[in-house]
Amino acid sequence: MLTIESRQFAREHGLYACIQCGKCTGGCPMAIKTRLNPRRLIYRLLVAGNGFDLEGIEELWDCTTCNTCYSRCPKLVNPMEAFIALRSAIVEKGRVHPNVKTALESTFRHGNPLTMPREERQEWAAGLEIKQSDQAAEYLYFVGCTPSYDPRVQKVAQALVQILQQAGVDFNILGVEESCCGSEVRRLGEEGLFEMIVEENQELYKGFGVERIFTTSPHCFSTFKNDYPQNGLQVQHYTEVLAGLLAKDAQSADGAPRLSFSKKYARTVTYHDPCYLGKHNRIFDEPRAVLKSIPGLKLVEMDRSREKSLCCEGGGGRMWLEGTNPGLRLAQLRVKEALETGAEVLATACPFCLLTLDEAVKHLNADDQIQVLDIAEITVEAL
Amino acid sequence: MPDPRSNGHPPAALVIGGGIAGIQSALDIADAGFKVYLVERSPSIGGRMSQLDKTFPTLDCSSCILTPRMVDVSRHPNIELLTYSEVSQVSGRAGGFQVRIKRKPRYVDADKCRGCGLCAQACRLSGRVSGDPGSDFNAGIAKRAAIYVPFPQAVPLIYTVDPQACVYLTRGVCGKTFLCKDACDADAIDFSQTEEYLDVDVETIVVATGFDVFDPHRRPELGYGVYPQVITTLEFERLASASGPTAGKIILNGQTPREIVFIHCVGSRDRSLEQNGDGCSPSYCSRVCCMAVAKQAHLAHDRIPGAKVTVFYMDVRAFGKGFEEFYDRVREEGVLYRRGNPSEIIRQGEKLVVRAEDTLLGEPVELEADLVVLAVGMQPRQDAPELAGMLDLERSADGFYRESHPKLHTVESNIPGVYLAGCCQGPKDIPDTVAHAKAAASAAMILLANSHPIGAVHANH
Repeated sequence: MLTIESRQFAREHGLYACIQCGKCTGGCPMAIKTRLNPRRLIYRLLVAGNGFDLEGIEELWDCTTCNTCYSRCPKLVNPMEAFIALRSAIVEKGRVHPNVKTALESTFRHGNPLTMPREERQEWAAGLEIKQSDQAAEYLYFVGCTPSYDPRVQKVAQALVQILQQAGVDFNILGVEESCCGSEVRRLGEEGLFEMIVEENQELYKGFGVERIFTTSPHCFSTFKNDYPQNGLQVQHYTEVLAGLLAKDAQSADGAPRLSFSKKYARTVTYHDPCYLGKHNRIFDEPRAVLKSIPGLKLVEMDRSREKSLCCEGGGGRMWLEGTNPGLRLAQLRVKEALETGAEVLATACPFCLLTLDEAVKHLNADDQIQVLDIAEITVEAL
Repeated sequence: MPDPRSNGHPPAALVIGGGIAGIQSALDIADAGFKVYLVERSPSIGGRMSQLDKTFPTLDCSSCILTPRMVDVSRHPNIELLTYSEVSQVSGRAGGFQVRIKRKPRYVDADKCRGCGLCAQACRLSGRVSGDPGSDFNAGIAKRAAIYVPFPQAVPLIYTVDPQACVYLTRGVCGKTFLCKDACDADAIDFSQTEEYLDVDVETIVVATGFDVFDPHRRPELGYGVYPQVITTLEFERLASASGPTAGKIILNGQTPREIVFIHCVGSRDRSLEQNGDGCSPSYCSRVCCMAVAKQAHLAHDRIPGAKVTVFYMDVRAFGKGFEEFYDRVREEGVLYRRGNPSEIIRQGEKLVVRAEDTLLGEPVELEADLVVLAVGMQPRQDAPELAGMLDLERSADGFYRESHPKLHTVESNIPGVYLAGCCQGPKDIPDTVAHAKAAASAAMILLANSHPIGAVHANH
């Protein structure tokens, strides 16, 4: 038994506002392939009286936290946040999948969910001559766990550094002192650990006098922006920084940093909106502005773009969980949609999207038709 | 001889807006013997009702019941009809308002124009001008000339040059000769016309400015403006109307749709637009869409034999006289009602797919469609703040003009002597609009009947 006080829970999460219209479920990318039915789950909670048993509701772990449900709900009910809170109730009792346990413990011990040693956190930056945080800079570049350790995503961080250095942006990094932002910890429902991480990180940034911060990952960006206490810290995703450096937007003063290209990138590209940029933060235009500014690049759109972008299934802790139907992968559907556009490159701007889409391309044996690249990796090619 | 009780002129009312509400108020006040200035911004009176094909639940032809009322207005000795005009300034108070009315140039002499239409046939842009989807008679789905009457039954039947489109007015020259001028036998085209102002004194004002339809671009996941097969209920009215661009045939790009999906509550009962911070939130029920959809589903089913017509709904609000019976009839005819509020529309090959949950099945469903009709809600007019500023009118949280008491003073505004009629106060169907407009007229007439020189007027609430 894993019983919660459902009436109080429903009140705290505004679930009584639900009119059972089903818009959440109609748009939920997981509802078509798993048992997850956000509307029905809310209804079961509402009619449960005062005790709702979470035992056996495996589909709670299917939610990718893509935010489609909340962004469209006509009554401003937030099923996604309610499910995160329900996960918390389970996590509190320690009844979680071993993979999740490992990720959470690793975050607690090593500052990353990937069970990687802290002292290796900066190895990706070897030879790049990046300012460390004890040297003041205009921006802090928050690299994030996956770009720090994953060999595929390290290339994104390296490309980004090269772009920013050439553009003349003044930034530093925390190096081995950087710790996980807590995004996935929070999404997996480990509320206590998340609070601890927030406190430690805020202390750290305060100590270095950080005022402006940009991130590789939309997940870190969104967490800093929406889940950390508002304390004057200006947070941007790197695509916003790059868009601001485009010649026509950049300040005209001499020596002001700006992004300029010397090479052509003669490929057809389609862009996959990461949920944590688009559906969570309504950043649709900046990544496209960067791509469109690259000489020779032809941008084509998939039918499901912007507000309709199909989740890649990498968020909400799903990097560590298979879910109730691992057979069908949304990332594979997504790659098929990208192939339909005739694009040679499937661009994204998120480490999780990059990994899931990359894997999907391999599964579909489509390596010779389409390549998954981060916007930073494309941009660096045209410098 | 001047009325001894008045301010030196016969007691008069200003009615702002020439839709069915303004028409009804103006006729009632004028029939009671008072002078009425009826001001309409567009070239013709008639408003939204003139755009409709059939009306629910009786399936009366909308223009057949409206047109005679429009003609009554134009012939009434007590009504001074000021079309293509706008109220630009108001001062004074109940019993003595001074109103300045801007008369926009039609570039056509109203006394000479016979409404024959030769000018429009001759116009260089004939069949090439798309009107604004929000305000144009054909909801932007048909093209006209740069000189036009909004529709054949327009009152007054006088042509107007569209200053946004006319080649001469936008570029200063239109070929070697004015084609419209050459075509006009009556010598009515007059590009020397300029804006004029008319000052009138009135005792009371009836505001009947109507509504805007919700712009479905604000729900981008429904694909309006991206997929040509996604249209609004207003556009469907024009498609279904015998006077519309397809002469009443429900066809889209030359093809008859076979799988038609209607979606309720687009831009109604929706608080989610608050969070995007793009204008007012249509969190209220628009009251007419349920029945408008029932009527349109009936028309689609009736006119396209074998068509599969599905309506996605959250609740069906069939509260008026004969409404529930009509809803029964439409279902019994074979229109399928499925409960669920669709989340998005995507493209799969040539077809559109409506993605929803059928909440009664408890399953996500994907429904193919070759026509999707969005039941767009009613919104306060975009220019509602302008007139509110001019008259000091208060607006409710939903953006419509606020009545002074929700139960007992539903036509009185917060300003004595200024009354509200129809949808400017909140969404209404036609019978409710007419009733509200008659009530507003009756309130205005109390003031008119008691009109005394300035300073001796009793506010009536």
